[in-house]
Amino acid sequence: MDFILENPLILALIKSLLVVGVVMGMAAYAVLAERKVCGWIQGRPGPNRTKLPLLGDLPIIGPFLTRLGIFQPMADGLKFLVKEEPTPGHVKRFYYVLAPIVSFIPAMTTMTVLPFGLWKTADGVQPLVLANIDIGILFILAVSSLGVYGIILAGWASNSKYPFLGGIRASAQMISYELAMGLSLLPVFMWFAPETGGSLNLFNIVQAQGNHYWNVIPQWTVFFQPLGALIFLVSLFAETNRAPFDMPESETDLVAGFNTEYGAFKFGLFFLGEYTHIIIGSGVFVALFLGGWNLPWIGLPAGILGAVLSVLVFLVKTCALIFLFIWVRWTLPRFRYDQVMNLGWKKLLPLAVANFVLYLILIALIES
Amino acid sequence: MATKVVERKPLSIWERSYLPQIVGGLKITFKNMFKPTVTLEYPEERPEIPPGYRGVPTLVRDPNGREKCVSCQLCEFVCPPKAIRITPGEIPEESESRHVEKGPQEFEINMLRCIYCGLCQEVCPEEAIWLQDIYSFTGYSREEMVNDKQKLYELGGTLPDPYYKWDRKKQAELEGNPHH
Repeated sequence: MDFILENPLILALIKSLLVVGVVMGMAAYAVLAERKVCGWIQGRPGPNRTKLPLLGDLPIIGPFLTRLGIFQPMADGLKFLVKEEPTPGHVKRFYYVLAPIVSFIPAMTTMTVLPFGLWKTADGVQPLVLANIDIGILFILAVSSLGVYGIILAGWASNSKYPFLGGIRASAQMISYELAMGLSLLPVFMWFAPETGGSLNLFNIVQAQGNHYWNVIPQWTVFFQPLGALIFLVSLFAETNRAPFDMPESETDLVAGFNTEYGAFKFGLFFLGEYTHIIIGSGVFVALFLGGWNLPWIGLPAGILGAVLSVLVFLVKTCALIFLFIWVRWTLPRFRYDQVMNLGWKKLLPLAVANFVLYLILIALIES
Repeated sequence: MATKVVERKPLSIWERSYLPQIVGGLKITFKNMFKPTVTLEYPEERPEIPPGYRGVPTLVRDPNGREKCVSCQLCEFVCPPKAIRITPGEIPEESESRHVEKGPQEFEINMLRCIYCGLCQEVCPEEAIWLQDIYSFTGYSREEMVNDKQKLYELGGTLPDPYYKWDRKKQAELEGNPHH
């Protein structure tokens, strides 16, 4: 056993499989949460019929879980796996097959650098992360925006008008909001530069948020950079193609947008990629603005208990943010395309620049 | 004509930021999440059928248990999709309701043709055919979807009407007043 655990390759494999499993599970249940929350908001019960033979037959828990739709994701997954895979005759086949993969991989790749907990031992603090690299946030920004290539590729390879329009919209939207997103993040890293030594490492940023000002106010970024948090959140909605910014899909005017010509598992990959994107995006927001695994005023214990607790805190915060994503989707109508562009270039970008300059001056004043 | 100028206050920056409206919307949807659902979960829960509902047409008996239909065939003639087919016949000599003269030998309503218009019920002089509260009528074959006389009476039941028209006629005949 020891030699297995000491082999870094096998350890990394186990860790990554675990993380992938958890994120995939969360993606599946995010879909369920979406359907349930949508139902409740609209006065419906949501999926409540799917039942597993043994677990669903338990006296009180079984019906309760069935009503809650807990078994629904399994049925959905199975359906995607066994469905027939039709390919329309008019598509560019190679790129058509490539597109879902291209949109799925970046979503899965970004999770490697996202720290989700910490392990306090006698010799110090260890981050729970697959790859604790120093360019953390740069990596996430770079790779997550690659996901749009999948959408553009899908729009182009489908060789039909609605996917094409969806792909064009996706690319324009991605370019517009990427700028504001990056600019809104700069003050965060500048603010914590004294604690982190100016590194872009996400773990250090989260650790720096564990302190308190005057021992009272938790040093979470959202409390003293609310505008930056808002800009980042709005850009995150746009980057993950969520309502009210779901331009590439806009099912009312573009049928289903970029994935109109897709079905079965290829569509499933797009779907899964979208939800993974939301989960990772929520995780990044929690790490950067909501203090990650830090609880206000309470320190985490050392050892395995502390590690589990830190992961749990992180997950709870992430789930709360995912709920916000869903909640907003079923509240707001979609923006018109030109309104999206307007908001991105004329409102958010200047705001992000102003926010950046403001904190630049503020930090200079504090430090002098 | 005097016109009234409606004063519109310019929106403040806070209002123009669109955020208060978003927060307001989020509040509404959040409240909605905890309201009871309005869904009728069909196979387990059934809708309440209001009186006067036009469901599957059926034949009814009067309180004496006599079939009300006198086989006048008005419903057959009025039926727009021609779903009704009646074979009229004499009522047998020994029957108690011999004085009614005529009754249907066979009465078929083809539910694949019926459009639930209710004209048969409207036209019936004997109030013998009624569209009742059955709203989901299904079958596996075409033959199953044709209701014969027996089925129609099974579905219809008894109409508790207080007139006893044919009883009164019989009594009048017995009292020597046949043209009642």
